[in-house]
Amino acid sequence: MTQASDTVAVAPVGRSRGRLNQRVIAPWLFLAPGLFMFAVYVLWPILQSITLSLYDWNGLYNQDGEFTGTFIGMGNYAELMVDPAFETSLWNNLKWLVLYMLALPIGLFIAIFLNQTVTGIRLYKSLFFFPFVISQVVVGLMFAWFYAPNFGLFYTMIEWFRNDGAWIIATPFFLLKLLPLAIFVILIGRITFWAARNAPSRAWSNIGFLPIALLLVFAWVMSEGISQYYQSAWTELVASFAGKGIAILADPDLVTYGIIAAGLWPQIAYVMILYLTGLNNVAPDQIEAARLDGAKGWRMLWYVVLPQLRPATFIAVIVTVIGALRSFDLVSIMTNGGPFGSSRILSYYMYEKALSEYGFRMGYGAAIAVVLFAIMMVFISGFIWKMWRDEKER
Amino acid sequence: MFPRPIQQASTGAQWLYTIALPVALVLWLFPLLGVALTSLRPASDLAQGNYFGMPSGIAWENYVYIFTETPIGQYMLNSLWVTIPTVIGAVGLSLMTGFALAVYGFRANILIFFMFVAGNFVPFQILMVPVRDMTLNLGMYDTWYGLALFHIAFQTGFCTLFMRNFIKALPFELIEAARVEGVAEWRIFWYIVLPLMRPAIAALSVLVFTFIWNDFFWATVLTQGVDSQPITAGLSSLNGQWIAQWHLVSAGSILAALPPVAMFFLMQKHFIAGLTLGAVK
Repeated sequence: MTQASDTVAVAPVGRSRGRLNQRVIAPWLFLAPGLFMFAVYVLWPILQSITLSLYDWNGLYNQDGEFTGTFIGMGNYAELMVDPAFETSLWNNLKWLVLYMLALPIGLFIAIFLNQTVTGIRLYKSLFFFPFVISQVVVGLMFAWFYAPNFGLFYTMIEWFRNDGAWIIATPFFLLKLLPLAIFVILIGRITFWAARNAPSRAWSNIGFLPIALLLVFAWVMSEGISQYYQSAWTELVASFAGKGIAILADPDLVTYGIIAAGLWPQIAYVMILYLTGLNNVAPDQIEAARLDGAKGWRMLWYVVLPQLRPATFIAVIVTVIGALRSFDLVSIMTNGGPFGSSRILSYYMYEKALSEYGFRMGYGAAIAVVLFAIMMVFISGFIWKMWRDEKER
Repeated sequence: MFPRPIQQASTGAQWLYTIALPVALVLWLFPLLGVALTSLRPASDLAQGNYFGMPSGIAWENYVYIFTETPIGQYMLNSLWVTIPTVIGAVGLSLMTGFALAVYGFRANILIFFMFVAGNFVPFQILMVPVRDMTLNLGMYDTWYGLALFHIAFQTGFCTLFMRNFIKALPFELIEAARVEGVAEWRIFWYIVLPLMRPAIAALSVLVFTFIWNDFFWATVLTQGVDSQPITAGLSSLNGQWIAQWHLVSAGSILAALPPVAMFFLMQKHFIAGLTLGAVK
């Protein structure tokens, strides 16, 4: 405002009144169309939805065009409390929220990997960004194809790992099984070493036979019993993996994770581009100074680079949280909430209740939407709070 | 620069990096590449179980088929009919709101600004029932303008945030000088601010284009038939008809993905400038 009053002082006195009035009215004229549209299509519907959540309404009007809903107070919310489908959706939303956060480290990792200046790197960066540009409907179809039972690439890969490639998975398990044996051998060695060191030098000959005898016994047991046992254990282990691939979208326990993986694909791309821009703006002199002080690798990343990436991280967290809570397309395209409703999330469940063939329960749907809105508001207020502080600092 | 430039690394590491780049890219885009290849695979290959082997030929006829036998061309046109008015409308409205919020220091300023920002993040579901109801009552259900009007209103939130910050960053002296000269406010907007907004307009146009083209939720809520359904919703319903005909599903997917991808490639700089707004200060 200070600038404005300066201007007024300079302007001719006779005209300043009209000009000032113009400056009071002008912003409202500029705001009017946008504000009107926003109020009609966003603000007002929010209030209406909240009101509607207190009604039981099938979405219809009577012949006179009157609203046919009946007021039931907190009835819809009471029903939500005991609705198992709502509980599933809420849990799945939580899974989405938590697992979506993986987009941050993975996106940062890819951004660091790509933050080089070699020929063609610009093209690489934009190609890595591709998944974000594509519609989620298309992403959903792509992953549905990827997961498809019998021939889908994911399914075939799992099948290969369970049969021909079983040794790759079996090896770590087998090493785990060998662990007690390894500990046993190491312990024996330790004990003999300790005994040999502490024994008086003359008694050495008396004690010396013990480790040799133990070793002999052990070698015999190894070659005969244990080795056979472990061999059969190995075969058993490999055989236990044998089987078909996993039809991830038809498995109630895995389906949500399958969809989240599909959602992460574009989300990682988005986070990556945010971090690439951030890395571009990291102060080079600070990096050089830290390098002179001997910082590198993880320590450099953690103590020097990440603090400078704070604004990028903040935006990335916001868009990832919003993305996780808003996701609807993937569930709708890939599973329709199935199998047996196990991949429902709040946004989809709301749609299902209010608009799909399962019925037109507008009030109940609105109540679900209000819950989702309340969850989202927590994050939105955090964002607004941060913006408010930044504005004040300016 | 972080990480240390690869040029300073050993020759071995440099070689490794040159090889790792394309390998990582292929792995990263695997679903996309797979679908692109499947879209050109003859149906007979799929019938014989040849999903990943050498295709017996390149089947452009998959694309010909979806264009001639399905309304996919109509869906694409519908998408354009919704997307282009939305871009114009949302950018136009937000130029004005952004100008108002950036240049004038009235009392409700910050409140209105935050309202736009917050509105931009609300879940769609809380708007769904009332917006659908209103669109039905206004007789705009299942029309391109019914859908476009909602999109314009909703996108105005995000666009206002963008425009307001962009105008805030312009030198205020320009506006001040014009006021001393006695230039009317709307002329300041039109002749001084607007010409400087070209980069912002470009960035927002590509972004909004992509967002609206890719929208699925509102397309299913506000439209129904072939005459008005955009490509995303259309593809979803075609997918229901083409059960397990993956060569067709793939061709349709690639087609639906093309316009935003082309847009992104043509306007890459603006696109990224728009998306990373606020990521750096």
